[in-house]
Amino acid sequence: MIRVEGLTKSFGANHVLRGVDFEAPKGSITIIIGRSGGGKSVFLKHLIGLMRPDAGRVLIQDIDITRLSGRALEPVRRRYGVVFQSGALFDSITCYDNVAFPLRETTRLSRAEIRTRVEAALDQVELAGVGPKYPAEISGGMRKRVAIARALVSEPEIIFFDEPTTGLDPVLVNTIHRLIQSLHRKHHFTAVMVSHEIPEIFEIADRVAMLHDGRIVESGPPEAIKGSPNPVVQKFINGEPD
Amino acid sequence: MTEAVSPVLRPFEAIGRRTIEIVESLGRFGTFLGVAVALLFTPPFKVRAFLGRIHYVGFNSLLIILLTGTFTGMVLGLQIYFTLSRFGSEAYLGPAVALSIIRELGPVLSALMVTGRAGSALTAEIGIMRITEQIDALTVMALNPMRYLVVPSLLAGLITFPMMTALFDVVGIFGGYLVGVQLLGLSEGTYFGEMKTFVDMKDVMTGFWKSVSFGVIVMWVATYKGFHVGHGAEGVARATTQSVVLASVLILVWDYFMGSVLP
Repeated sequence: MIRVEGLTKSFGANHVLRGVDFEAPKGSITIIIGRSGGGKSVFLKHLIGLMRPDAGRVLIQDIDITRLSGRALEPVRRRYGVVFQSGALFDSITCYDNVAFPLRETTRLSRAEIRTRVEAALDQVELAGVGPKYPAEISGGMRKRVAIARALVSEPEIIFFDEPTTGLDPVLVNTIHRLIQSLHRKHHFTAVMVSHEIPEIFEIADRVAMLHDGRIVESGPPEAIKGSPNPVVQKFINGEPD
Repeated sequence: MTEAVSPVLRPFEAIGRRTIEIVESLGRFGTFLGVAVALLFTPPFKVRAFLGRIHYVGFNSLLIILLTGTFTGMVLGLQIYFTLSRFGSEAYLGPAVALSIIRELGPVLSALMVTGRAGSALTAEIGIMRITEQIDALTVMALNPMRYLVVPSLLAGLITFPMMTALFDVVGIFGGYLVGVQLLGLSEGTYFGEMKTFVDMKDVMTGFWKSVSFGVIVMWVATYKGFHVGHGAEGVARATTQSVVLASVLILVWDYFMGSVLP
Protein backbone atom coordinates (compact mmCIF):
# COMPACT_ATOMS: atom_id res chain seq x y z
CA MET A 1 0.00 0.00 0.00
CA ILE A 2 1.23 3.44 -0.93
CA ARG A 3 -0.27 6.50 0.72
CA VAL A 4 0.52 10.14 0.10
CA GLU A 5 -0.70 12.87 2.42
CA GLY A 6 -0.69 16.59 1.68
CA LEU A 7 2.30 16.54 -0.65
CA THR A 8 3.48 20.03 -1.56
CA LYS A 9 6.32 21.05 -3.84
CA SER A 10 7.27 24.40 -5.33
CA PHE A 11 10.13 25.50 -7.55
CA GLY A 12 10.46 29.19 -6.74
CA ALA A 13 7.10 30.76 -7.55
CA ASN A 14 5.97 27.67 -9.48
CA HIS A 15 3.74 25.62 -7.18
CA VAL A 16 3.79 22.19 -8.85
CA LEU A 17 2.15 20.11 -6.13
CA ARG A 18 -0.38 21.83 -3.87
CA GLY A 19 -1.30 19.22 -1.31
CA VAL A 20 -1.64 15.89 -3.10
CA ASP A 21 -3.51 13.11 -1.31
CA PHE A 22 -3.23 9.75 -3.02
CA GLU A 23 -3.58 6.03 -2.38
CA ALA A 24 -2.50 2.96 -4.31
CA PRO A 25 -3.90 -0.21 -2.73
CA LYS A 26 -1.64 -3.25 -2.40
CA GLY A 27 -1.63 -5.50 -5.45
CA SER A 28 -3.52 -3.04 -7.66
CA ILE A 29 -2.65 -1.17 -10.85
CA THR A 30 -3.14 2.53 -10.14
CA ILE A 31 -2.72 4.91 -13.04
CA ILE A 32 -2.10 8.64 -12.62
CA ILE A 33 -3.38 10.72 -15.50
CA GLY A 34 -3.20 14.41 -16.16
CA ARG A 35 -2.10 17.02 -18.66
CA SER A 36 1.51 17.49 -19.67
CA GLY A 37 3.30 19.80 -17.30
CA GLY A 38 0.72 19.06 -14.62
CA GLY A 39 3.28 17.68 -12.17
CA LYS A 40 2.85 13.93 -12.76
CA SER A 41 6.56 13.24 -13.18
CA VAL A 42 7.43 15.45 -10.20
CA PHE A 43 4.84 13.54 -8.17
CA LEU A 44 6.31 10.20 -9.26
CA LYS A 45 9.81 11.39 -8.33
CA HIS A 46 8.51 11.98 -4.81
CA LEU A 47 7.01 8.49 -4.71
CA ILE A 48 10.35 6.89 -5.64
CA GLY A 49 12.36 9.08 -3.29
CA LEU A 50 14.22 11.11 -5.92
CA MET A 51 12.73 14.39 -4.69
CA ARG A 52 11.96 15.76 -1.26
CA PRO A 53 8.67 17.57 -0.72
CA ASP A 54 8.28 20.97 0.89
CA ALA A 55 5.55 19.43 3.05
CA GLY A 56 3.56 16.20 3.30
CA ARG A 57 4.32 12.50 3.61
CA VAL A 58 4.90 9.57 1.27
CA LEU A 59 4.21 6.29 3.03
CA ILE A 60 5.36 3.11 1.36
CA GLN A 61 3.99 0.24 3.40
CA ASP A 62 3.70 2.59 6.38
CA ILE A 63 7.30 3.84 6.11
CA ASP A 64 7.49 7.60 5.57
CA ILE A 65 10.23 7.86 2.96
CA THR A 66 10.32 11.66 3.13
CA ARG A 67 12.02 11.32 6.52
CA LEU A 68 14.67 8.94 5.21
CA SER A 69 17.82 9.67 3.26
CA GLY A 70 20.97 7.95 2.06
CA ARG A 71 21.48 4.46 3.44
CA ALA A 72 18.25 4.53 5.45
CA LEU A 73 16.31 4.65 2.16
CA GLU A 74 18.07 1.63 0.66
CA PRO A 75 15.94 -1.12 2.28
CA VAL A 76 12.78 0.63 1.03
CA ARG A 77 14.23 1.09 -2.44
CA ARG A 78 15.02 -2.62 -2.67
CA ARG A 79 11.28 -3.25 -2.38
CA TYR A 80 10.42 -1.42 -5.57
CA GLY A 81 11.45 -1.24 -9.20
CA VAL A 82 11.13 1.71 -11.56
CA VAL A 83 10.57 1.79 -15.31
CA PHE A 84 11.67 5.23 -16.48
CA GLN A 85 10.13 7.11 -19.37
CA SER A 86 13.29 6.76 -21.45
CA GLY A 87 13.98 3.23 -20.21
CA ALA A 88 17.17 4.54 -18.57
CA LEU A 89 19.12 1.48 -19.67
CA PHE A 90 22.88 1.72 -19.16
CA ASP A 91 24.05 2.26 -22.72
CA SER A 92 27.60 1.02 -22.25
CA ILE A 93 26.56 -2.54 -21.32
CA THR A 94 24.45 -5.17 -23.06
CA CYS A 95 20.75 -5.77 -22.44
CA TYR A 96 21.65 -8.95 -20.53
CA ASP A 97 24.03 -7.03 -18.27
CA ASN A 98 21.40 -4.32 -17.79
CA VAL A 99 18.89 -6.84 -16.49
CA ALA A 100 21.54 -8.66 -14.45
CA PHE A 101 22.87 -5.39 -12.97
CA PRO A 102 20.57 -5.07 -9.92
CA LEU A 103 21.07 -8.75 -9.07
CA ARG A 104 24.86 -8.54 -9.33
CA GLU A 105 25.03 -5.37 -7.28
CA THR A 106 22.43 -5.96 -4.58
CA THR A 107 22.31 -9.74 -4.05
CA ARG A 108 24.73 -12.59 -3.39
CA LEU A 109 23.23 -14.86 -6.05
CA SER A 110 25.59 -17.13 -7.98
CA ARG A 111 26.37 -16.49 -11.62
CA ALA A 112 24.18 -19.44 -12.64
CA GLU A 113 21.23 -18.21 -10.56
CA ILE A 114 21.56 -14.75 -12.03
CA ARG A 115 21.63 -16.22 -15.54
CA THR A 116 18.46 -18.22 -14.85
CA ARG A 117 16.60 -15.19 -13.50
CA VAL A 118 17.77 -12.80 -16.22
CA GLU A 119 16.82 -15.23 -18.97
CA ALA A 120 13.44 -15.80 -17.34
CA ALA A 121 12.85 -12.04 -17.08
CA LEU A 122 13.82 -11.46 -20.72
CA ASP A 123 11.62 -14.38 -21.73
CA GLN A 124 8.65 -12.90 -19.87
CA VAL A 125 8.94 -9.67 -21.83
CA GLU A 126 9.26 -11.75 -25.02
CA LEU A 127 12.85 -10.74 -25.64
CA ALA A 128 14.70 -14.04 -25.34
CA GLY A 129 17.86 -13.76 -27.45
CA VAL A 130 18.17 -9.99 -27.16
CA GLY A 131 20.59 -10.26 -24.21
CA PRO A 132 23.88 -9.84 -26.14
CA LYS A 133 22.69 -6.68 -27.91
CA TYR A 134 23.40 -3.16 -26.69
CA PRO A 135 20.45 -0.81 -25.98
CA ALA A 136 21.38 1.32 -29.01
CA GLU A 137 20.99 -1.74 -31.27
CA ILE A 138 17.33 -2.40 -30.43
CA SER A 139 14.09 -0.52 -31.08
CA GLY A 140 12.38 1.87 -28.67
CA GLY A 141 9.67 -0.67 -27.84
CA MET A 142 12.25 -3.35 -27.11
CA ARG A 143 14.18 -0.96 -24.88
CA LYS A 144 11.03 -0.33 -22.83
CA ARG A 145 10.55 -4.09 -22.46
CA VAL A 146 14.18 -4.58 -21.37
CA ALA A 147 13.59 -1.81 -18.80
CA ILE A 148 10.49 -3.70 -17.57
CA ALA A 149 12.58 -6.90 -17.34
CA ARG A 150 15.20 -5.02 -15.31
CA ALA A 151 12.55 -3.70 -12.92
CA LEU A 152 10.98 -7.15 -12.65
CA VAL A 153 14.11 -9.25 -12.16
CA SER A 154 14.53 -8.34 -8.48
CA GLU A 155 10.93 -9.49 -7.85
CA PRO A 156 9.91 -6.17 -6.22
CA GLU A 157 6.67 -5.68 -4.32
CA ILE A 158 6.00 -2.42 -6.15
CA ILE A 159 6.80 -1.25 -9.68
CA PHE A 160 6.53 2.38 -10.73
CA PHE A 161 6.08 3.10 -14.44
CA ASP A 162 6.80 6.60 -15.74
CA GLU A 163 4.93 6.89 -19.04
CA PRO A 164 6.14 3.49 -20.26
CA THR A 165 4.47 3.86 -23.67
CA THR A 166 5.54 7.39 -24.62
CA GLY A 167 6.77 7.57 -28.19
CA LEU A 168 5.45 4.15 -29.21
CA ASP A 169 2.96 3.36 -31.97
CA PRO A 170 -0.59 2.25 -31.00
CA VAL A 171 0.20 -1.43 -31.55
CA LEU A 172 3.22 -1.26 -29.27
CA VAL A 173 1.24 0.75 -26.70
CA ASN A 174 -1.27 -2.10 -26.46
CA THR A 175 1.53 -4.68 -26.43
CA ILE A 176 3.23 -2.97 -23.48
CA HIS A 177 -0.06 -2.54 -21.62
CA ARG A 178 -0.96 -6.20 -22.08
CA LEU A 179 2.52 -7.19 -20.99
CA ILE A 180 2.23 -5.12 -17.80
CA GLN A 181 -1.20 -6.61 -17.15
CA SER A 182 -0.05 -10.21 -17.63
CA LEU A 183 3.09 -9.66 -15.51
CA HIS A 184 0.92 -8.09 -12.82
CA ARG A 185 -1.42 -11.10 -12.82
CA LYS A 186 1.55 -13.43 -12.54
CA HIS A 187 3.62 -11.56 -9.93
CA HIS A 188 0.91 -9.63 -8.04
CA PHE A 189 3.07 -6.55 -7.56
CA THR A 190 1.56 -3.15 -6.78
CA ALA A 191 1.84 -0.99 -9.90
CA VAL A 192 1.73 2.79 -10.05
CA MET A 193 1.84 4.17 -13.55
CA VAL A 194 1.90 7.66 -14.98
CA SER A 195 0.31 7.66 -18.42
CA HIS A 196 -1.40 9.75 -21.07
CA GLU A 197 -2.84 6.83 -22.97
CA ILE A 198 -6.57 7.48 -22.92
CA PRO A 199 -8.68 5.33 -23.34
CA GLU A 200 -6.24 2.37 -23.36
CA ILE A 201 -5.32 2.70 -19.68
CA PHE A 202 -8.93 2.09 -18.63
CA GLU A 203 -8.49 -1.50 -19.85
CA ILE A 204 -5.70 -2.31 -17.41
CA ALA A 205 -6.22 0.02 -14.44
CA ASP A 206 -7.82 -1.00 -11.16
CA ARG A 207 -7.81 2.62 -10.07
CA VAL A 208 -7.25 5.90 -11.89
CA ALA A 209 -6.28 9.20 -10.27
CA MET A 210 -6.29 12.50 -12.12
CA LEU A 211 -3.68 15.08 -11.15
CA HIS A 212 -4.63 18.61 -12.13
CA ASP A 213 -3.30 21.93 -10.96
CA GLY A 214 -1.14 20.24 -8.33
CA ARG A 215 -3.98 18.25 -6.74
CA ILE A 216 -5.71 14.91 -7.26
CA VAL A 217 -9.08 16.11 -8.54
CA GLU A 218 -10.65 12.69 -9.01
CA SER A 219 -9.74 9.12 -8.19
CA GLY A 220 -11.49 5.78 -8.27
CA PRO A 221 -12.16 2.76 -10.49
CA PRO A 222 -11.98 3.37 -14.27
CA GLU A 223 -15.77 3.36 -14.65
CA ALA A 224 -16.13 6.04 -11.99
CA ILE A 225 -13.55 8.21 -13.73
CA LYS A 226 -15.21 7.75 -17.11
CA GLY A 227 -18.54 8.76 -15.61
CA SER A 228 -17.16 11.57 -13.47
CA PRO A 229 -19.23 14.75 -13.54
CA ASN A 230 -16.05 16.79 -13.02
CA PRO A 231 -15.65 18.93 -16.18
CA VAL A 232 -11.82 18.89 -15.87
CA VAL A 233 -11.83 15.08 -15.98
CA GLN A 234 -14.30 14.91 -18.84
CA LYS A 235 -12.37 17.48 -20.84
CA PHE A 236 -9.15 15.51 -20.39
CA ILE A 237 -10.48 12.04 -21.17
CA ASN A 238 -12.35 13.33 -24.21
CA GLY A 239 -9.27 15.22 -25.41
CA GLU A 240 -11.13 18.53 -25.69
CA PRO A 241 -8.89 21.52 -26.42
CA ASP A 242 -8.91 24.60 -24.14
CA MET B 1 5.41 36.94 0.46
CA THR B 2 8.55 38.76 -0.55
CA GLU B 3 8.56 42.51 -0.03
CA ALA B 4 8.87 44.73 -3.06
CA VAL B 5 12.40 46.10 -3.28
CA SER B 6 12.90 49.75 -4.05
CA PRO B 7 14.52 50.41 -7.46
CA VAL B 8 17.54 51.97 -5.72
CA LEU B 9 18.27 48.76 -3.86
CA ARG B 10 17.71 46.39 -6.76
CA PRO B 11 21.35 46.27 -7.92
CA PHE B 12 22.42 45.41 -4.36
CA GLU B 13 19.75 42.74 -4.18
CA ALA B 14 21.04 41.26 -7.45
CA ILE B 15 24.63 41.30 -6.16
CA GLY B 16 23.51 39.67 -2.91
CA ARG B 17 21.54 36.98 -4.72
CA ARG B 18 24.46 36.22 -7.02
CA THR B 19 26.84 36.07 -4.04
CA ILE B 20 24.57 33.59 -2.25
CA GLU B 21 24.39 31.47 -5.43
CA ILE B 22 28.18 31.44 -5.74
CA VAL B 23 28.67 30.51 -2.08
CA GLU B 24 26.05 27.76 -2.38
CA SER B 25 27.62 26.31 -5.53
CA LEU B 26 31.07 26.39 -3.90
CA GLY B 27 29.57 24.55 -0.95
CA ARG B 28 28.06 21.91 -3.25
CA PHE B 29 31.36 21.62 -5.11
CA GLY B 30 33.29 21.08 -1.86
CA THR B 31 30.71 18.70 -0.39
CA PHE B 32 30.82 16.65 -3.60
CA LEU B 33 34.55 16.04 -3.15
CA GLY B 34 34.11 15.38 0.57
CA VAL B 35 31.49 12.69 -0.09
CA ALA B 36 33.64 11.12 -2.83
CA VAL B 37 36.70 11.00 -0.55
CA ALA B 38 34.62 9.43 2.24
CA LEU B 39 33.33 6.77 -0.18
CA LEU B 40 36.91 6.13 -1.32
CA PHE B 41 37.60 4.46 2.03
CA THR B 42 34.33 2.59 2.52
CA PRO B 43 33.33 -0.71 0.87
CA PRO B 44 32.01 -1.99 -1.47
CA PHE B 45 34.84 -1.05 -3.84
CA LYS B 46 34.02 -1.07 -7.53
CA VAL B 47 37.19 -2.66 -8.90
CA ARG B 48 35.89 -3.22 -12.44
CA ALA B 49 34.69 0.36 -12.74
CA PHE B 50 38.06 1.53 -11.41
CA LEU B 51 40.02 -0.56 -13.94
CA GLY B 52 37.75 0.75 -16.68
CA ARG B 53 38.56 4.32 -15.65
CA ILE B 54 42.31 3.60 -15.54
CA HIS B 55 41.99 2.45 -19.14
CA TYR B 56 39.77 5.39 -20.09
CA VAL B 57 41.80 8.13 -18.42
CA GLY B 58 45.29 6.65 -18.54
CA PHE B 59 45.81 4.17 -21.34
CA ASN B 60 43.71 6.08 -23.88
CA SER B 61 45.72 9.26 -23.17
CA LEU B 62 49.12 7.65 -23.77
CA LEU B 63 49.52 8.70 -27.40
CA ILE B 64 48.74 12.35 -26.75
CA ILE B 65 51.12 12.37 -23.75
CA LEU B 66 53.91 10.83 -25.85
CA LEU B 67 53.39 13.35 -28.64
CA THR B 68 53.12 16.47 -26.50
CA GLY B 69 55.94 15.33 -24.20
CA THR B 70 58.35 14.73 -27.07
CA PHE B 71 57.63 17.99 -28.83
CA THR B 72 57.68 20.02 -25.62
CA GLY B 73 61.15 18.63 -24.90
CA MET B 74 62.28 19.37 -28.45
CA VAL B 75 61.02 22.96 -28.32
CA LEU B 76 62.68 23.47 -24.94
CA GLY B 77 65.92 21.94 -26.23
CA LEU B 78 65.95 24.32 -29.17
CA GLN B 79 64.99 27.51 -27.32
CA ILE B 80 67.10 26.94 -24.22
CA TYR B 81 70.13 25.95 -26.32
CA PHE B 82 70.05 29.24 -28.24
CA THR B 83 69.54 31.24 -25.04
CA LEU B 84 72.38 29.45 -23.20
CA SER B 85 74.73 29.70 -26.20
CA ARG B 86 74.63 33.51 -25.86
CA PHE B 87 76.33 33.11 -22.49
CA GLY B 88 78.47 30.14 -23.53
CA SER B 89 76.58 27.92 -21.10
CA GLU B 90 75.28 25.24 -23.48
CA ALA B 91 76.53 22.59 -21.06
CA TYR B 92 73.57 23.38 -18.81
CA LEU B 93 71.01 22.45 -21.48
CA GLY B 94 70.33 19.02 -19.87
CA PRO B 95 69.49 20.30 -16.38
CA ALA B 96 67.56 23.29 -17.78
CA VAL B 97 65.35 21.04 -19.90
CA ALA B 98 64.98 18.43 -17.15
CA LEU B 99 64.14 20.92 -14.39
CA SER B 100 61.62 22.78 -16.56
CA ILE B 101 59.89 19.56 -17.46
CA ILE B 102 60.07 17.70 -14.15
CA ARG B 103 59.07 20.59 -11.90
CA GLU B 104 56.65 22.43 -14.12
CA LEU B 105 55.79 21.48 -17.66
CA GLY B 106 55.43 17.73 -17.16
CA PRO B 107 52.69 17.86 -14.52
CA VAL B 108 50.96 20.95 -15.96
CA LEU B 109 50.93 20.04 -19.64
CA SER B 110 50.03 16.39 -19.10
CA ALA B 111 47.16 17.48 -16.81
CA LEU B 112 45.94 19.97 -19.42
CA MET B 113 46.14 17.31 -22.14
CA VAL B 114 44.19 14.79 -20.08
CA THR B 115 41.63 17.49 -19.22
CA GLY B 116 41.05 18.09 -22.91
CA ARG B 117 40.87 14.43 -23.81
CA ALA B 118 39.49 12.44 -20.88
CA GLY B 119 38.05 15.14 -18.58
CA SER B 120 35.74 16.51 -21.25
CA ALA B 121 34.65 13.01 -22.32
CA LEU B 122 33.98 12.06 -18.70
CA THR B 123 31.78 15.12 -18.16
CA ALA B 124 29.86 14.39 -21.36
CA GLU B 125 29.43 10.70 -20.44
CA ILE B 126 28.15 11.40 -16.93
CA GLY B 127 26.05 14.31 -18.21
CA ILE B 128 24.34 12.08 -20.76
CA MET B 129 23.76 9.49 -18.02
CA ARG B 130 22.12 12.24 -15.97
CA ILE B 131 19.78 13.51 -18.70
CA THR B 132 18.80 9.98 -19.80
CA GLU B 133 17.90 9.09 -16.19
CA GLN B 134 20.64 6.43 -15.91
CA ILE B 135 21.91 8.07 -12.71
CA ASP B 136 18.36 8.10 -11.31
CA ALA B 137 18.11 4.41 -12.26
CA LEU B 138 21.19 3.66 -10.14
CA THR B 139 19.75 5.64 -7.24
CA VAL B 140 16.38 3.85 -7.24
CA MET B 141 18.19 0.50 -7.35
CA ALA B 142 19.52 1.51 -3.91
CA LEU B 143 23.00 1.99 -5.41
CA ASN B 144 25.01 5.13 -4.79
CA PRO B 145 25.89 6.65 -8.21
CA MET B 146 28.86 8.48 -6.65
CA ARG B 147 30.38 5.10 -5.83
CA TYR B 148 30.04 3.92 -9.43
CA LEU B 149 30.91 7.07 -11.34
CA VAL B 150 32.92 9.45 -9.17
CA VAL B 151 35.03 7.33 -6.83
CA PRO B 152 36.58 5.12 -9.57
CA SER B 153 37.36 8.25 -11.63
CA LEU B 154 38.95 10.02 -8.68
CA LEU B 155 41.07 7.01 -7.82
CA ALA B 156 42.06 6.55 -11.47
CA GLY B 157 43.10 10.23 -11.57
CA LEU B 158 45.23 9.80 -8.44
CA ILE B 159 47.07 6.86 -9.97
CA THR B 160 47.28 7.68 -13.67
CA PHE B 161 48.24 11.37 -13.48
CA PRO B 162 51.63 10.75 -11.78
CA MET B 163 52.31 7.89 -14.19
CA MET B 164 51.48 9.99 -17.22
CA THR B 165 53.54 12.84 -15.83
CA ALA B 166 56.50 10.46 -15.39
CA LEU B 167 56.08 9.36 -18.99
CA PHE B 168 55.83 12.97 -20.16
CA ASP B 169 59.04 13.78 -18.24
CA VAL B 170 60.96 10.89 -19.80
CA VAL B 171 59.93 11.56 -23.38
CA GLY B 172 60.32 15.32 -22.84
CA ILE B 173 63.93 14.88 -21.70
CA PHE B 174 64.45 12.56 -24.66
CA GLY B 175 63.00 15.26 -26.97
CA GLY B 176 65.53 17.76 -25.55
CA TYR B 177 68.27 15.15 -26.14
CA LEU B 178 67.20 14.69 -29.78
CA VAL B 179 67.52 18.41 -30.49
CA GLY B 180 70.43 19.30 -28.18
CA VAL B 181 72.65 16.28 -28.79
CA GLN B 182 71.60 14.76 -32.11
CA LEU B 183 70.74 17.99 -33.95
CA LEU B 184 72.84 20.74 -32.36
CA GLY B 185 75.88 18.65 -31.46
CA LEU B 186 76.06 18.90 -27.67
CA SER B 187 77.87 15.92 -26.17
CA GLU B 188 75.71 13.17 -24.74
CA GLY B 189 77.78 12.99 -21.57
CA THR B 190 77.36 16.71 -20.92
CA TYR B 191 73.57 16.60 -21.50
CA PHE B 192 72.97 13.75 -19.07
CA GLY B 193 75.95 14.33 -16.74
CA GLU B 194 74.96 17.87 -15.79
CA MET B 195 71.40 16.70 -15.33
CA LYS B 196 72.53 14.28 -12.61
CA THR B 197 74.33 17.13 -10.84
CA PHE B 198 71.45 19.60 -10.81
CA VAL B 199 68.28 17.53 -10.60
CA ASP B 200 67.42 16.38 -7.05
CA MET B 201 64.83 13.99 -5.73
CA LYS B 202 62.93 16.98 -4.31
CA ASP B 203 62.42 18.24 -7.88
CA VAL B 204 60.93 14.88 -8.84
CA MET B 205 58.72 14.94 -5.74
CA THR B 206 57.53 18.46 -6.55
CA GLY B 207 56.35 17.22 -9.93
CA PHE B 208 54.86 14.13 -8.32
CA TRP B 209 52.76 16.03 -5.76
CA LYS B 210 51.62 18.46 -8.40
CA SER B 211 50.48 15.63 -10.67
CA VAL B 212 48.62 13.91 -7.82
CA SER B 213 46.75 17.11 -6.97
CA PHE B 214 46.00 17.81 -10.65
CA GLY B 215 44.58 14.29 -10.94
CA VAL B 216 42.15 15.10 -8.14
CA ILE B 217 41.26 18.51 -9.60
CA VAL B 218 40.57 17.23 -13.13
CA MET B 219 38.47 14.25 -12.03
CA TRP B 220 36.65 16.27 -9.38
CA VAL B 221 35.68 19.01 -11.84
CA ALA B 222 34.82 16.56 -14.66
CA THR B 223 32.54 14.38 -12.53
CA TYR B 224 30.95 17.32 -10.70
CA LYS B 225 30.08 19.09 -13.93
CA GLY B 226 28.68 15.86 -15.38
CA PHE B 227 26.55 15.27 -12.30
CA HIS B 228 25.18 18.82 -12.29
CA VAL B 229 24.48 19.12 -15.97
CA GLY B 230 21.64 21.32 -17.31
CA HIS B 231 18.89 20.19 -19.62
CA GLY B 232 19.28 18.37 -22.93
CA ALA B 233 22.15 18.30 -25.40
CA GLU B 234 22.85 22.00 -24.85
CA GLY B 235 23.24 21.40 -21.13
CA VAL B 236 25.75 18.62 -21.75
CA ALA B 237 27.68 20.78 -24.23
CA ARG B 238 27.81 23.67 -21.75
CA ALA B 239 28.87 21.42 -18.88
CA THR B 240 31.66 19.91 -21.01
CA THR B 241 33.02 23.33 -21.95
CA GLN B 242 32.79 24.55 -18.34
CA SER B 243 34.54 21.42 -17.16
CA VAL B 244 37.53 21.94 -19.46
CA VAL B 245 37.79 25.67 -18.76
CA LEU B 246 37.39 25.36 -14.98
CA ALA B 247 39.80 22.42 -14.69
CA SER B 248 42.42 24.21 -16.83
CA VAL B 249 42.17 27.42 -14.81
CA LEU B 250 42.31 25.53 -11.51
CA ILE B 251 45.36 23.58 -12.70
CA LEU B 252 47.26 26.79 -13.47
CA VAL B 253 46.18 28.58 -10.28
CA TRP B 254 46.89 25.55 -8.10
CA ASP B 255 50.24 25.09 -9.87
CA TYR B 256 51.29 28.53 -8.71
CA PHE B 257 50.36 27.79 -5.09
CA MET B 258 52.03 24.39 -5.16
CA GLY B 259 55.12 25.92 -6.75
CA SER B 260 55.36 28.53 -4.03
CA VAL B 261 54.87 26.05 -1.19
CA LEU B 262 56.84 23.02 -2.35
CA PRO B 263 60.69 23.20 -2.15
